[in-house]
Amino acid sequence: MAATVDTVRQVEEVTGRAYKHGFVTDIDMDMAPKGLDETTIRFISAKKEEPEWLLEWRLKAFQQWQQMKEPNWAKVGYPPIDYQDLYYYAAPTQKPQLNSLDEVDPELLATYEKLGIPLKEQEILAGVVAVDAVFDSVSVATTYKKELEKHGVVFCSISEAVRTHPDLVKRYLGSVVPAADNYFACLNSAVFTDGSFVYIPKGVRCPMELSTYFRINAQNTGQFERTLIVAEEGSYVSYLEGCTAPQRDENQLHAAVVELVALDDAEIKYSTVQNWYPGDEDGKGGIYNFVTKRGACRGKRSKISWTQVETGSAITWKYPSCILQGDDSVGEFYSVAITNNAQQADTGTKMIHLGKNTRSTIISKGISAGRADNTYRGLVRVGKRADGARNFTQCDSLLIGDKCGAHTVPYIESKNPSARIEHEATTSKISEDQLFYCMSRGLSTEDSVGLIVNGFCKEVMKELPMEFAVEAQKLIGISLEGSVG
Amino acid sequence: MADKATLPLLTAVPKTEGGSPWLTKLRRTAVENAERTGLPGVRTEAWKFTNLNALKALEPVAATGTAEIARLPAFADLQAVELHLSNGTLTHADAMPEGVDLVGLAEPDDAPDWVSETLGTVAETAPHPFTAINTGAFTGGIALRIRKGAAVETPILLLVDTRSLEGAGTVAAHPRILVVVEDGAMADLVEVHTGGGAYVNNAVTELVIGKDARLGHYKLQAESGEAFHIAMTAARCAANSTYDNFALSTGATLSRNEIRATLAGRHIEYRINGGYLACGDQHMDTATFIDHAEPDCASHELYKGVLADRAHGVFQGKILVRPDAQKTDGYQMNRALLLSREAEINSKPELEIYADDVKCSHGATVGELEDDQLFYLMARGIPEERARAILVSAYVDEAVDHIQREPIRDAFRAAAAEWMQKNIAGAPAEGGL
Repeated sequence: MAATVDTVRQVEEVTGRAYKHGFVTDIDMDMAPKGLDETTIRFISAKKEEPEWLLEWRLKAFQQWQQMKEPNWAKVGYPPIDYQDLYYYAAPTQKPQLNSLDEVDPELLATYEKLGIPLKEQEILAGVVAVDAVFDSVSVATTYKKELEKHGVVFCSISEAVRTHPDLVKRYLGSVVPAADNYFACLNSAVFTDGSFVYIPKGVRCPMELSTYFRINAQNTGQFERTLIVAEEGSYVSYLEGCTAPQRDENQLHAAVVELVALDDAEIKYSTVQNWYPGDEDGKGGIYNFVTKRGACRGKRSKISWTQVETGSAITWKYPSCILQGDDSVGEFYSVAITNNAQQADTGTKMIHLGKNTRSTIISKGISAGRADNTYRGLVRVGKRADGARNFTQCDSLLIGDKCGAHTVPYIESKNPSARIEHEATTSKISEDQLFYCMSRGLSTEDSVGLIVNGFCKEVMKELPMEFAVEAQKLIGISLEGSVG
Repeated sequence: MADKATLPLLTAVPKTEGGSPWLTKLRRTAVENAERTGLPGVRTEAWKFTNLNALKALEPVAATGTAEIARLPAFADLQAVELHLSNGTLTHADAMPEGVDLVGLAEPDDAPDWVSETLGTVAETAPHPFTAINTGAFTGGIALRIRKGAAVETPILLLVDTRSLEGAGTVAAHPRILVVVEDGAMADLVEVHTGGGAYVNNAVTELVIGKDARLGHYKLQAESGEAFHIAMTAARCAANSTYDNFALSTGATLSRNEIRATLAGRHIEYRINGGYLACGDQHMDTATFIDHAEPDCASHELYKGVLADRAHGVFQGKILVRPDAQKTDGYQMNRALLLSREAEINSKPELEIYADDVKCSHGATVGELEDDQLFYLMARGIPEERARAILVSAYVDEAVDHIQREPIRDAFRAAAAEWMQKNIAGAPAEGGL
């Protein structure tokens, strides 16, 4: 059918489409020498003026990491990573303490401008969104800090938190994702350079959505972000993470760790839009994204919700998870993963039900085009004591073109008879009927595909905060060019 | 990690020298593969949920001697021609119907071409250590050929029995079954596995299903409560064929029933259904793999599990759709019913899809009986225990109903009912309401 050919052609056009956010900003870098050994870690720790305990923690992680093997169970293939051929620390040149955006390096601000997400605009956009902008590894601007302070909310870079709130950091860092949890998390624990720290005090509903824009810059710099969010009893926070990166020829390694802790009645909503450089048509030069994200619902009736729109990266290895410890706690995972050309995504979630009447929902939408491989890999585990646990999982895959792959690998493990677990998965393509229906009503093939893909993802997109929804739609547009009107 | 120290399971290695070249080569390769991989450990993904330590701790000897085999009551009324494999040896064979050739595999060196050309070509030994061990060590079994165009009405009932005789201690048998269904032929094969005491039954069933052929293949695993049942069914189907597979597991302390099928032609209809009923400390592992290698094929899979007491159920089902297999229609569903707080289920339904014009879905559910269904029955005056039993029975029947041949379906329904009566309080006497 012509329509199908058209669809495929359109998707192929995307292939030829240059990455819109591909440009490089030249800013002086303060770098650690290439390679990784204890000296590098001591260098990072010294640069950050860290206390002794944290250095010890890093060194211990490094020792454990050296004993570990890179995992190979995911359905992704890439040439071996030479961990000695990377820089582990790069920061924009220093940097007195900043009080306002005016003091930020104008070139940095211009970079954001080019990305179409300037801080200024964010500032204007509502007076709602605080941006802890991360340029490579070090936070350079933090806005709305004063407003947040009024509510007792701590929102700062993790390095700063180590200085200003050492007790909190010491108490929670590594408590959800232990240093030696997995190969990449362990590497992160050894060399993490920056990231965000959020603390919401008891009973506080965070007055605005917190947001960090990541941007990878500087050739050969691995990004090792560490994010820690703690929501005290009865508090609420919505956290937004968005990423774009400039075009590069060499693969860039990204191994982030995100830890969330929700105490009694607390709720954390964590949203991600990820649009890192996916590489060229053959996947060359794209970002390697190995991320460990995990939330612990420690308190009763607590809730953690992950929403992600993954359109970028050459390789995505990411399983945002919830450990539902508290009785009546709730975990959610909403995901759209789009892979095109030679992109490979192996992503999903883990829902570990430990407390009574814990509930989890998993909605995953995978869209695969070009020669890409898109895998959902998920685990739902119900422990012996999790009476009345409930899970619903839905994984839908959409294939565009006959060279791509879509895979579903769910693990379901139950030790409690009163638990109810349901999993369903479907794989389909955009049907001729759907296209014909739209086109007979005057829509172009392009718009029709856009409409259908949008509809396919709707359940997830509606979970995104309003500020993000627009951007997410744009990113889907870039990934499946012409598909989204 | 593979554990090489456990190859004692390779109880007999008949000559890898001096026999027919084809068999010598087949056996030698198999033994090499078995020794290279060793028995799988829990770090092997395909065996992730099944701990084989108890099996590895055994030091079985080759099963020798033979015993009479009687039909299970559930199969008493089934009209069929019978074959008996006692400790791997063919001890009884009714006269085969018109169009069916039977060859014993005790001395396969002299087997006809249709055996030597197919044996070992479907059940791969490299990735499957137990299949490798069987291929290296089988001392008997049967090969059946359904000749081109033959429509065999009477089901072939194969009774496989393993037990320690003559004070032999724990024994291991490696029965080998080969079925070649030639183009346009039709037949039904029923396998019933039973035994006594502690033993290992490491069976391999290889099936070659020709163009336009139809094979019904139904298996009951009702081994003794102390037995280890490790079975591989490997099928290769040609264009326009129909393969109707059903497996019901009720026996053994640890069982693994793996069914692999390659749909190697267009317009194949593959039906793979079954059930696993476990109680006590039983561990039941069902693994299925469907390889959609060609376009326009349909596969339908429904597995239902009932887990009582401390039973542990495992279901791993995978559907692979290769790049050329457009218009594939694949459906897979695994439902597990947990009847006790100590029961456990691990389920991993998996899709791996490389073609875009396909309709594939899978699902899995885990839970206990529905309260409102119980309420419905109890509101009609049925005592709770009885109501539960009725619901479990109906639940199992949903899978059994997929068996295409009525007399065989009745036999399996009776086998399930028999299990219910023994293990579920309040179960109705005749399987019905």
